[in-house]
Amino acid sequence: MTAVRCVDICKTYRQGDQDIKALDHLSIDIEKGDFVCLMSPSGGGKTTLLNAIGGLDIPDSGEVWVAEQRIDQMSKGQLADLRLANVGFVFQAYNLIPVLTAQENVEFVMQVQGVPAKERRSKSLAILEEVGLRDLEDRRPAEMSGGQQQRVAVARAIVSRPELVLADEPTANLDSRTSDELMELFTELNKNHSTTFVIATHDQRVQRYAKRLVRMRDGRIVDDIEQDAA
Amino acid sequence: MNIVLRLAWRNLWRHARRTWLTIGAMVFSNTLLVFMISFQFSMYGLMIDNTLQVFSGHMQVQAPGYKDDQKMRQVVLDVQPLAERLRGELDSETIAARGWAFGLASSEERSYGIGIYGVEPEFEGNVSNIPGLIKDGQYLGKSDAMDIVIGGMLARNLRVGVGDELTLLGSGLDGSFAAAVVTIVGVFESGVKEIDRNIAEMPLGAFQEVFYMEGAGHQVVVLAPTLNDAPLVERRIAATLPDNLVVHDWVALQPGLKQAIQADMSSAFFMYGILVILVAFSVLNTQLMSVLERTHEFGVVMALGMRPGRLGRLVMLETTLMGLIGFLLGAAVGALLTYWFSVNGLSYPGMEEMAANFNLPGRVYPQVSLLKTLFGPAVVFLFTLLAAVYPALRLRRLHPVEAMRTI
Ligand SMILES: Nc1ncnc2c1ncn2[C@@H]1O[C@H](COP(=O)(O)OP(=O)(O)OP(=O)(O)O)[C@@H](O)[C@H]1O
Ligand SMILES: [Mg+2]
Repeated sequence: MTAVRCVDICKTYRQGDQDIKALDHLSIDIEKGDFVCLMSPSGGGKTTLLNAIGGLDIPDSGEVWVAEQRIDQMSKGQLADLRLANVGFVFQAYNLIPVLTAQENVEFVMQVQGVPAKERRSKSLAILEEVGLRDLEDRRPAEMSGGQQQRVAVARAIVSRPELVLADEPTANLDSRTSDELMELFTELNKNHSTTFVIATHDQRVQRYAKRLVRMRDGRIVDDIEQDAA
Repeated sequence: MNIVLRLAWRNLWRHARRTWLTIGAMVFSNTLLVFMISFQFSMYGLMIDNTLQVFSGHMQVQAPGYKDDQKMRQVVLDVQPLAERLRGELDSETIAARGWAFGLASSEERSYGIGIYGVEPEFEGNVSNIPGLIKDGQYLGKSDAMDIVIGGMLARNLRVGVGDELTLLGSGLDGSFAAAVVTIVGVFESGVKEIDRNIAEMPLGAFQEVFYMEGAGHQVVVLAPTLNDAPLVERRIAATLPDNLVVHDWVALQPGLKQAIQADMSSAFFMYGILVILVAFSVLNTQLMSVLERTHEFGVVMALGMRPGRLGRLVMLETTLMGLIGFLLGAAVGALLTYWFSVNGLSYPGMEEMAANFNLPGRVYPQVSLLKTLFGPAVVFLFTLLAAVYPALRLRRLHPVEAMRTI
């Protein structure tokens, strides 16, 4: 089954009187249960591609399919529902909700989904434990370090077991040990729940865990190789 | 707790000072509205009661043209039996017959043109406060005695007092010359200049004799239990009246009173309107600011899968919470303030003048009532919600990626 299919998508930004092709006739198929690593020099179009797959940004042309549904023609509300049900996002800037504690941030998606309070509690505490943030559940984002916030953001993205996790530089602020722990967690989810991962990263360590390495440059895929994950 | 509610509540206290300032504006205007509206309507009530209880009553039965042209011959025939019948049918004592004539009142030294009421002494006190305002002597007694009570200023002008005699000259119902000598039994002080200077009352029987009325009079005055009961009573009376008589309500009898109240009310409500709009704009300003500065965060929440409509509801909910606090505090403070004045009374400079015009006491005790307490704050609350609609609707246009790019 195909988790994500992009067909000939383009996205152009105007910067002054110059057109920047962030995505340039890009096509890619990602199977369910795949573990994809997106790599490119800075400005290569990774974030733009993730946003297009997550329905945060609509490409200028081409088709985007997620969970067998064509999403590039959906309304904002439908896209929101799709993300809520199927997609976990880890943003490049971790983007926690400042008025909510770590645990409440993690519970947020489940709460919008309408998961009962008890279930939310146990799930959020369990996932915080897994990302190594036990005892920090009552802190607000402003009271945590960058790496800790990043881990809360990861916990928030995976806690409701989405079919697809889109992560933009999830290890950017983490030391090597925490990075490895996080990647172990991702790999485990990938194995046990066949969660599909698409991760944009510069981090060599992350690349070792990927089943598939996709290299981009100037909005195009320049290299696409399968590899045996670490 | 519901996530939207929790977010709304926390967001409210993110800028506690700003929120309190906005709530403060609501509380201030709500307090003012509650107090002013309570005070204002207490004034109107007093104005109406006090004015109507001098002479006009809540309604009067008259000959059809009498109200606009007070000719002597526009009579109500057999006025006393009519009043008697109405008292029986309505089972009410606050109904009294009257006659009215102009005449010249002369003492040994001076003469003045005055208006003379012929009244039923035993019932007049039920429809008018004049009998209770006798300062000297006493009110009228027997219905055919040649007695008279006059206003205090008239007494001073004529240089007479209780026990003195007055000569009345006028014209009778048939146009003939009418004259009588009457004895002053009492002097009243109503506090209203025109009345104390120009009005006298004598028993209806004697009045009919002096002015050749042959049992006729000019009005049957009716006071309903309260102002609110008046329309019902009026309908009942109208149903029993013969064709040659009409019943006029207090608005017809005292057109100036209703107009004065309406004029005062429209200028007051114009001011209230401005106050409410100012509050609404301060809410609009606060909410617009708070939405703009949270653009980034709203982008995140939307990216996580919250529908834009739900975000709009969040902003509305924040405003509702803020508005509710303002509503409750404002209504409470306003009611307490009004209550304090309802016990201690209130007077302000310039009120004396108004008081004299409308026969009011110099001190007003505004009454606390649920309706008057809730009306102003409810309007403010409504406009508060309206003011938040625009900021809330703006969120529908929010684009998650662009929103997350702003800081
Ligand atoms: N909103 C925007 N307006 C103008 N240009 C944009 C906008 N967003 C992205 N771009 C441009 O599109 C190109 C691709 O950007 P994108 O963010 O996808 O790159 P990236 O691979 O994620 O880079 P990085 O590794 O630095 O995060 C860049 O040249 C960038 O300058
Ligand atoms: Mg990027």
